[in-house]
Amino acid sequence: MPGSEGKPARVGLRSYIPFCLFLAGGFASWLLDWEPGKEILREFGRFAGEMILVLPLVFILIGLVDVWVPRKRVEEMLGDESGLRGMLLVILLAFFNAGPLYAAFPIAIILRRKGCSLRNIFVFLGAFAAMKIPMISFEIGFMGLKFSLLRLAFTLPVFVAIGILMEKLLGRGYEMRLPG
Amino acid sequence: MRGFSIFIILCLAVSFMADRKRTLSGLQRGGRMFLNVMPTLLTVMILMAVALYLIPAPVIARVLGEQGGALGFLLAASIGSIVLLPGFIAYPLCSTLMKQGASVPVIAVFVTTLMMVGVLTLPMESKFFGLKAALLRNGLSLAGAVVVAILMGLSYARI
Repeated sequence: MPGSEGKPARVGLRSYIPFCLFLAGGFASWLLDWEPGKEILREFGRFAGEMILVLPLVFILIGLVDVWVPRKRVEEMLGDESGLRGMLLVILLAFFNAGPLYAAFPIAIILRRKGCSLRNIFVFLGAFAAMKIPMISFEIGFMGLKFSLLRLAFTLPVFVAIGILMEKLLGRGYEMRLPG
Repeated sequence: MRGFSIFIILCLAVSFMADRKRTLSGLQRGGRMFLNVMPTLLTVMILMAVALYLIPAPVIARVLGEQGGALGFLLAASIGSIVLLPGFIAYPLCSTLMKQGASVPVIAVFVTTLMMVGVLTLPMESKFFGLKAALLRNGLSLAGAVVVAILMGLSYARI
């Protein structure tokens, strides 16, 4: 586990209080057999089940990228001068990912810190949201190939446009930091 | 998901063989970021659990299946925009919708906003990217979802 480090985290235990209260509430509703509370706890369990597997992996990846990938390389490949190739690269990067969109936020931050252009950051987020492989296979299974292909064909230019617009609206130098 | 895990484990193994100290420091950094992000993430998950309890999936399916036209479209866009749902919940729901007779644009706007727009995750997103960027991204994504849905509606039946 990446959590087993010597140095204390910057975020104090205090920020876990809401979660502890939630758990206590869940436990109480389980004891008192209060159906709404139990149902909310069950829904929470479904989200947690998905995150528990993906998130530690995502952060292992982020940590490795942080120590191995030199800023200069990322800047060359995904930076402001990377052009169409850089954009294709971030789309591919998103393509082979898993997990919900909010798992991509920290990945976006690390890419940004390594010199990825703002445009490519938002193209990455769009691709991550709309065209990851696990999701597409799910979509084809449930909605059919035609629906899935059409949706992808229309969504791709939309999130590329969003990336371009975001860069225009925020300015190339817009800074992002990891919270905490 | 399995492919992703195997990929990460391979990366980790290669990294360890190449440079043990560096790998440990990377894991440490990743771990610290994880702990920093965790409280916000847990709060978002709690909010989503409560939201899904208040508007359960079968209710969404019934409402969107019954409401046709502009109202259905508007409802689908609004409900889809509230939460960010993973595919394994969203797609079974959408296939139920389709069977219940919801139109293609309604389903398309619902699924696209589900994936790209999240009002509940907005506090978390603004912690990462700043409020302005988070609002802009969600707003533009909502507009984009409407465009995608209209194009889907125009083309789906003709192909």
